[in-house]
Amino acid sequence: MALKESRLDPARASFDHVVESGRGFSHDVLRGQTLRIVDLEGNQAVDTLFYDRHERANRYSAVDTIREQGNVYLTTGTRLFSTEGDVLLTIVADTCGRHDTLGGACAAESNQVRYAIEKKFMHNCRDTFLLEIAEHLAPMTKRDIPANINFFMNVPLTPEGGLRFEDGVSASGRYVELVAERDVAVLISNCPQLNNPCNAYNPTPVRILIWDA
Amino acid sequence: MPTEGKNEADGRLVVSETLGGGRMWSRVVRRNERLTLTDVEGGAAVAALFFNAKDPLERYNMPDTLKAQHVSRLTKGNALFSDMGRVLFSVVEDEVGWHDTITGHLTAAASEKKFGLGSYQALRNEFYRNTRDNFLIELGKHGLGKRDLHANVNFFVKVVAGADGALSFVPNGRAGATVELRAEMDVLTVLSVTPHPLDPAARYAPKPVALVVRAGAAAPADDPCRRSCPENERGFTLTEAYFA
Repeated sequence: MALKESRLDPARASFDHVVESGRGFSHDVLRGQTLRIVDLEGNQAVDTLFYDRHERANRYSAVDTIREQGNVYLTTGTRLFSTEGDVLLTIVADTCGRHDTLGGACAAESNQVRYAIEKKFMHNCRDTFLLEIAEHLAPMTKRDIPANINFFMNVPLTPEGGLRFEDGVSASGRYVELVAERDVAVLISNCPQLNNPCNAYNPTPVRILIWDA
Repeated sequence: MPTEGKNEADGRLVVSETLGGGRMWSRVVRRNERLTLTDVEGGAAVAALFFNAKDPLERYNMPDTLKAQHVSRLTKGNALFSDMGRVLFSVVEDEVGWHDTITGHLTAAASEKKFGLGSYQALRNEFYRNTRDNFLIELGKHGLGKRDLHANVNFFVKVVAGADGALSFVPNGRAGATVELRAEMDVLTVLSVTPHPLDPAARYAPKPVALVVRAGAAAPADDPCRRSCPENERGFTLTEAYFA
């Protein structure tokens, strides 16, 4: 857990956009630009993926990121690795302190497994990813949705091999900030999950800011 | 009649191979077949990718597998879930106790950095094969490629996260130890017997693995993998509904 504040001024951002819960978002973040995601109301999971903008098969890899830093949690200093071993972005500021990359995205089908067969029709992050990809990131498909980051989500592992979903460690106004090390596309689902504490049972909006280099 | 399916359940040998260190393998393991892997000498590592053979867009999903069962490793009683809420494989026996699925595999560049080049030109068929290249070769035989790579399973590998999240590689090998999987659908199985990136061994010397596939019976209603948690019950229910 490495708390670090940013000196960047939101008034000077080149891009400023609020994403409601249950909505998708995609945007380019060019090399040297800084991306900030703000948890506006607290304890909101932000399911996030990154792709090399010029070669989308070269995409965020949770397992490579975990292994290369020797730690399962993401925080200030974490370099986000791609499947090809490239650093896509680096986390340069973090006022939350811990972010998950093992919990994945909720889906209609995994909600059925986790909660009840009849939960199939609840809104979920994979539906958001699929719609966002279809509308804005074709020819990407479900093949191109690997294990994602869950910013502001708290999924502790135990040395005995367990894993738990716990109340978030985030709060209103906390943020994470990343510098792009190469041109990337960011894909976000602002999580609509109502069945576990990842959003404190109350999904809320997040703010996306981008500063030019 | 109770005798129906007897031929499926008789343990008939389908495949028996020893995969030397560095080798790769792919095959559709059919529903209810048992795949047994044996760490012949102790210290082997088998990286694995899994797909629904009939629709490879459905594939193993590490996060869904872990969060359904509230685990961060795989062992007896666990199910390996696809991204579609269905079970690909169940772990029906395990003498190892811990199989990793959170630390990925070596690429050609990372393997060269760790072990040196070990080229074909210099070493002929003892050259230093790496997991990524092996995966891409086997995936290519089935019309799949880089976009189909996903967080893989590392059989026989143990990597533990401490309270602060820091990883440690724990030697896990024991000569003769086996893990047995039951296919719950026809699974395109891609294996690579290549070094795990966190194995501290500085010399390239991947250990062999014995691989056996046998015919088998379907999971009974009281199957321990199915019964290990309500999530797995529902996963098996969804899998059966797929075949109904």
